[in-house]
Formats: sequence, C-alpha cells, structure tokens
Amino acid sequence: MLGRLTLDAIPLYSWVAMGGAAVTVGGGIAVFLLITYLRAWKVLWTDWLTSVDHKKIGIMYVVLALVMLVRGFVDALMMRAQQAVALNNEGYLPPEHFEQIFSSHGTIMIFFVAMPFLTGLINIIVPQQIGARDVAFPFLNSVSLWLTAAGAALVLVSLVVGKFSTAGWTGYPPYSGIEYNPGVGVDYWLWALIVSGVGSTASGINFIVTIVKNRCPGMTYMRMPMFTWTTLCISILIAFAFPALTVVAAQLTLDRTLGFHFFTNGDGGNMMLFANLLWIWGHPEVYILILPAFGIFSEVVATFSRKRLFGYKSLVYATACIAILSFTVWLHHFFTMGSSANVNAVFGIATMIIAVPTGVKIFDWMFTMYRGRIEFHPSMVFTIGFMVTFVIGGVTGVLLALPPADYLMHNSTFLVAHFHNMLIPGALFGYFAGLNYWFPKAFGFKLDAKWGIRSFWFWIIGFYLAFMPLYVLGFMGMSRRMEHYADPNWQPYLIVAALGAICVLCGIICIAIQLYVSAKNWGSARDITGDPWNGRTLDWATSSPPAPYNFAVQPDVRDIDAFHDMKIRGVAYQAPANYEDIVMPKSSALGPIIGALGFVLGFAFVWYIWWLAALALVLGLVCVGIRACDDDTDFVMPASEVAKIEGARLAQITAADMHDMQDFVPVGAASGAPLAGRV
Amino acid sequence: MTDTGLSPSLLGGAYKNVNTARSFRSSLKPVWIVGILGMCLFLQGCGLSDAPVLFPKGPIALAERNLLFTAFALMMIVAIPAIVLTLFFVWRYRSGTKKAAYTPDWEGSWKVETVIWLVPAAIIVVLGTLVWETTHKLDPYREIESDKPAFQVQAIALDWKWLFLYPELGVATVNELAFPADRPLAIEITSDTVMNSLMIPALGGQIYAMAGMRSELHLLADEPGVFTGRNTMYSGDGFPDQHFKAHALSEDGFADWKDKVSAEAATLDAETYLELHKQSVANPVTYYSSFETDLFSLILRKYSPIVGPYESRAAELICRGAA
Repeated sequence: MLGRLTLDAIPLYSWVAMGGAAVTVGGGIAVFLLITYLRAWKVLWTDWLTSVDHKKIGIMYVVLALVMLVRGFVDALMMRAQQAVALNNEGYLPPEHFEQIFSSHGTIMIFFVAMPFLTGLINIIVPQQIGARDVAFPFLNSVSLWLTAAGAALVLVSLVVGKFSTAGWTGYPPYSGIEYNPGVGVDYWLWALIVSGVGSTASGINFIVTIVKNRCPGMTYMRMPMFTWTTLCISILIAFAFPALTVVAAQLTLDRTLGFHFFTNGDGGNMMLFANLLWIWGHPEVYILILPAFGIFSEVVATFSRKRLFGYKSLVYATACIAILSFTVWLHHFFTMGSSANVNAVFGIATMIIAVPTGVKIFDWMFTMYRGRIEFHPSMVFTIGFMVTFVIGGVTGVLLALPPADYLMHNSTFLVAHFHNMLIPGALFGYFAGLNYWFPKAFGFKLDAKWGIRSFWFWIIGFYLAFMPLYVLGFMGMSRRMEHYADPNWQPYLIVAALGAICVLCGIICIAIQLYVSAKNWGSARDITGDPWNGRTLDWATSSPPAPYNFAVQPDVRDIDAFHDMKIRGVAYQAPANYEDIVMPKSSALGPIIGALGFVLGFAFVWYIWWLAALALVLGLVCVGIRACDDDTDFVMPASEVAKIEGARLAQITAADMHDMQDFVPVGAASGAPLAGRV
Repeated sequence: MTDTGLSPSLLGGAYKNVNTARSFRSSLKPVWIVGILGMCLFLQGCGLSDAPVLFPKGPIALAERNLLFTAFALMMIVAIPAIVLTLFFVWRYRSGTKKAAYTPDWEGSWKVETVIWLVPAAIIVVLGTLVWETTHKLDPYREIESDKPAFQVQAIALDWKWLFLYPELGVATVNELAFPADRPLAIEITSDTVMNSLMIPALGGQIYAMAGMRSELHLLADEPGVFTGRNTMYSGDGFPDQHFKAHALSEDGFADWKDKVSAEAATLDAETYLELHKQSVANPVTYYSSFETDLFSLILRKYSPIVGPYESRAAELICRGAA
C-alpha cells in the first residue's frame, strides 16, 4: 500500500538530522498558524496562489528563492563548521549526513534558489520592459511556478521523510545507481529535478514567445533593454538545455526503478554518457544563471551612473556569443575522463574563447561608469563588487580551461572556489542588485539602503574569507567533499573559510532586517511616480506596483532608453485621450493543483507507491484536459475601470515628485566639441 | 599560521622606510631581501611550502604548474587593468564630485570597442596556441621519453582503497605504491567500483578510474621521495581516507622494498581478492607476494556486456564478483 515507506523513514538516526526535520516541520506549522491567525487563507488563495498575473507569480518565485536560500545556506554553514573541526576526527557530522548536506546544498542553490530567483525577476520585469500586458502564456507561467515549488517541496520533505541523495548535486553514476545507492535519496534528487525541470522548460518557452511576440510598437530587437536581451538568450538556452537534463534524469530513474542499464557499470551501461548529457545541460545552465544577472548589472550601471549604457550593440552581440558558445564547451567538466589530447585541446580553447565576450562586458560596464555620475545605491554597490570579484573568477576559470592545469586542479577545492566565485558575485550579487533595484516596482516602496549596503559588505567580505582559502587549499592538494582530513596544514584555512561563512550569515541577516525595516517604514519610502531611481527603461513607466494590465495604453518606443527618452521629450505621465477595454487572463486553481499533483507524483515514485503515482498522473492529465476544454479563460476590464485606476495614479503625481531632467546636461571637458565615436 | 612568519617583512620593511627615506634607492635591496625572507617564512607558517601543486616533485607536475603560472601572468594583462580601472572610475566619477567630466549620452566608441575586443582575443590566441601544444605534450596517455624503460603498474580503485599490481615483480600492494625513482612510471587504471580518480599531486595530474574501462597515467619523479596520492573523486563514506603514500625509491631502496614484499606470505588469489573487494575504510597497507594471473584484465572483463564463458574458476569468481 505504501511501497517502501515505513516508520523507519523518520530521521531518528542522528540528532542533527532530527533537528533539521523539526525545523522544517516547525517552520511549516508556524507559517500555517500565522496565515490562519491572520485569516489570510482566502486572500492568499484567490489573490496569490491561483493568480496568473506575471508580477505576482514573479514575487512568489522570489519568495521561494529566498526561503530556499536560507535552507541552502544552513547546509553551507554546517559544511564549513564540519571541515573547520574535522582534522583527524569525525567532527560532528557522520559521513552519510555530510554527504546529504553537500548534495542538497548544490541542488538547492542551483535549482531552487538561483533558478526561481532569476525566473521571478524576469517575470516581474520583462513584460514591463517590452511594454507588454502579460506573458504569452499566463496559465503556463503559473504551472511553471508550481512545478518548481513542487520540486523544492520534494527536497524539503526529504529532510523529514527518508533521506536526501548522497551522490552530490551532479549525481554521477554508477555511484548514484541502485547498486551503490539503494535508498530513496537519489530518487528524491531525481524527481525534484524532473518535476522542476519541466517547469523551467515551460518558463523558457514562455519567455521566448513573450519577447518575440508581445513587444509594443517601436520596441525593435535592437531597442530591447539588456535585461530583456539576456532573458531572450537564456530562454533559448533553457528550451534547448533543460530537455537534456530531463532526459538524463529520466534515464537514471529508469536504471534505478526499472532495472535499465543506461549508466550501470556492467551490462553495456556507460557512465560517460551520463557525464556528457549532464554537462550538455550543465554548462549552458551556468550561463542561464549568470546572463540574467549580467542584464541586471547592465540596467543598474546605466541608471546609477546617470548615463547611457556604453556599447549596447557590443553587449548584445557578446551576450549572443556567450549563449551560442555555451553549448560548445561541456567537455571541460571532465578533461580527466581520458579523452584524446585533440578533443581536450579543442574544448579547452572553446572555453577560453568565451572569456573574450565576457571580458568585453566587464569593460563595457566600466566605460558606462566612465564620465558618469555614480550613485552608491545598494544595487550599484553590488554591481561594483561583482565587477571586481568576477574578474578573479574569470581568471581562475581560464586556468581550469587549460587541460594540463585542470589535471592538477580538477576535483579540488580550487574548483569549488572557482565556481562559487562565478556564481556568488556573478549570479547572486546580480539577483540582490535586482532585488534592491526592482523591489519598489513590485511593492510600491523602496528598500532601506543602509541595511542593503551593510548586507553587501558582509556578503563580499564573507565571500573572500570563505573562498580565497579554498583556492589555496586546492594548491595544497585538498579534494572537494571531504568529511574529514589528516593534513594539519589545511585546518587554518578551513577555519578562515568557516569565519567567512559566518560573515555571509550576517549578510543574510542584514537582508532580513532590510526587508523588515523597509516593510515597517514603507509609508515614508513610497514610490509615487513608479520611477524611484530616475530609470531609463520602460519598466519604470508603469506605476509601482503596476496595475494588473501594466500599461493602460501601449507605449510608443523611440529609443533604447525608452522611458528616459519619454521624460526628456516631456511625454511621460500624460493621460491619453481615451482608454479602452482590456482583456485580462482569469485566475485559475489548476496551476497550484497541477503543482501539487507533480509533488505527489514525485513522492509516490520515490517511495514506490505505484497506485498513487498512477492516480497523480491521471489526475494531472485530467487537469490539462479540463484546461484545454475551457474557453472561458479571460475577462474584460472595462475602460471605465482602467480610467479610474489611471486617473487616481496620475492625480497623485505632482511636479515635485518628478525627476529633474536638467541633471542630464553634459558638463566638463565633453560639453563642447562632440566626442570621438559619438553617433 | 604563525605571526613570526609575517612580522619580519612588515616590521623590517616599515622600519627601513621610515629611517632611510633619503637613501631609499640604496635601502631597496635589503627591504626586498627582508620581504622575500618574510614571505618565505609566511608561506612556511601557512604550510604552503610543501603545497604539492606549487612545489612539484616531478617534471610533469612542474610543466603543468608552469603552464598555470604562465597563463596566470598573461591574463593579468587584462585582469589588472579591469580591476584597477573599475575602482578608479568608481572613485573618479562618484556623484559627489563636480570636477569630473560628464557625458550622459555617450553610447559607444569604436576605438574603445576595438581595444576591448581585440586585446582579450589576442591573449586567447596566445593561450590557445599554448593549450594546443601543452595538451598534446602533457597528455596523461603519452609515454615519457627516457633512456630507461617505464615501470609498469596496474592500479585498481576499490571501496575505499587502491590496489596496485606490479606485473614486472609479480607482487601486489594495497594503499602503498612504490617505484624506482629513476624510471618513468606508467600506470594502467581501472575501477572495480564506482568512478574514482587517481592523483599524486606532487608528480602530476589525475585521470579517472572507471569500471570496465582502462585509462593510463604517465608520471615521473625528479628524485627519491615520498608523496601523497589519493582518489579525488568523491565515492562514498570511506572517501576521505582513500589516500596512500607513493614511494619513489633509489635503486637500493627499491631492491629492499621488493624483497620485503616478495617475502610476504599472503598471496592475492581470486578468493582473497573477493575479500579485499568488500568495502573497507582506511584499509591498512597490505603486501601480497603474488597475484592472480591476468587479474587486471579479469576485472576489466567483469563489466563487459558478455562476460563468459569462464575458462577458469578464478575467472568465474572475479567476473561474477562472488563465490
């Protein structure tokens, strides 16, 4: 009846695991009670969970990412604490528990922090940047969100019922095969990936279509904001790369569940196929995480340098180059697998070529700051921190791209330091910059800058303290994923790294305080105009938070910096002659229901509860059928209501709220003669 | 990490600068010497002086490290300006300043773009050439040229230990590798468990060990010495302890070692191998004076799609993985 699910699944085997389970369950109960106490269930369900509004979906994605960030970071803190003490002893974590922690840390940070964070920001902003009223497929968007949440829920549940994978976030077979890993851990990992992977693929398709089809008049491709450009590129990457992950996860599932032999040691299986397929997804994935952050940096650096983005075309082409090249380098993740020198050299060179467009981007941002007026808003400070730190990661990345050097550094903590050096400044700092930058757009009030700056300093100092020692340890021959070690020379470095993790903890606490303080003082930090930073792109033309339809009238775009151009021309904040009816998508309960069924399906497969899996699958298909037969998915918002909303908004805005565009008059050496290269 | 390492350079340097400011040029040399000495002490204090990757003990590892350093230096051509200019621009064009120029509508410059595309591209061309050459020269499969024949060893990854077979000597060892220091070391590698990766950092890079597959690693030591080797690929609970000592021995030392192992009573026949194959953590160093004929190829054959028919009982035991 319950497959292999028995009472043994409750983690009574160690107090640490039990504590984790208690915190997870306790957190769930606390949230449940809080919502009940606030009598918010109905509002939550009708206004949020069933919503297909891209802005609300985006906010829910970001909330999911922040919750999972805390969970993933606790894993990191536990690993650093273990390695700081585990010289010639077992530390406080038994090997099996340590292995679950590093596996869940990687899985959570990639799939359930970075992916939802960037998808959330894209959801909130991209339709507004291109002057659209919603994404192309609003309901599919909701399904994507809930499938991602279902995957995250599977990882969280593994802490309470059963165990998580011990095979690392990459889950290389044969170690992750049924022969060497018979428990439920790897199955949890696989089903979390499969369920959320379907959601991500759908998101990718959704945003390709949205950006290609839903741009407003005048928004040509070469006038799209950089964030939209990077979103288009990564959406294409997602659509091509994620199927590879879904297929490889499905194959390993078949191996484990039905006794197939895709990746087993014997019977014709071949683990090298897994490595290739995984990294054909995995390397584009790195750029899927980083490119949107590059887009955010591009927006932030132009806005807070009070200057046009330098080399827009160059940045567009660099982004496209990176996106295409990202599919040509996957083998550099396993130079040491024994490919011929020709193969290794070709992939090494291809990898280094990516450094060129990436370097160009750094220089373009730098020259955007050149002769600008830089304001140290938290999002700008995160951007500067990124530019400096990311260069170091780029250098170590090129070092690892040299096959002979990689033979020395592969599987070492040097590698761990390198990819954290890419993903923390490169991706996470970008998302934090985006959070600080676009928070008022989503919620209508600004985040507290003081706590934002504090969080930055803790994050960047913590980052250096935590990962520079790992670079050094790589030179000393320390492998990654060591639960304990025997070399006393390593310990001082690991202690410093643990201090770094504590510093990062303070950074996370600062963000929590920032959110709390800002919410408490929201009245004094309200964003009346919808344009708190004197922004340049179309997303600042809407109100904060935007009306459900974003734009009452489709904007007319004449420049890359569309809204800046409107403000200069004096056509911003003007009521149109008349409003028209707007067709809007209806909320649907099917999104969260499909997500819930996805969770049940995964859970049932993990525990071999076949009847439940079949039931969930059938019900899921029924839901899809119901939706497909439903022709009543839209409603009309009458022009009178639009006029009321817009009228109320415009009445609030006084001349004093608007930015003085006289600030943008050139000064100094450049005010006279035209500059070289000026078009 | 002790303070004694850092203090001579800092104190010495500062002292010299304060007191001999006028004769700065003449005092430069001692400052540098003190600085370098202090740096060495600092590295010593931090345990870096025997970091195997930075201070290799063989020509292969040395060439790999030198490539690392060369590439690092080349990239500094772009990386240092990138970091310095970023910080300079941030300071120079901060919003408080009124002196600096301000060009809000400047959207690009062909001159700048040309430089920022071509300079990194040129460096990549140089690095790319370097990659092509060194990847071929330092291919782990490539035999090392030497006037002496290579010393053959077969390495088998097990949970969680390394088994080494010495076809030339007819002996086998667990968690200890020995070879004559004056001969290149040619290791054939496979696994009788999950994926592993064999590495002796002081001598050179690593290569994966995979069941049913044979990989190769060619290494050479400069002189006799003892180096740490390990599996670098996480493989389960016993992974942290899966390391061994690699002894590069002088002619006499190697003869002694050979005698010691050959005198061992234990032999590695098929039954003993099955025992050894069982999972064990931090397996002690073990010697076997002989090993089952064709053991390495039998372990390879164990994972081929068609395994039988078995020509001997040993073949059946090893290929079926059980008695």
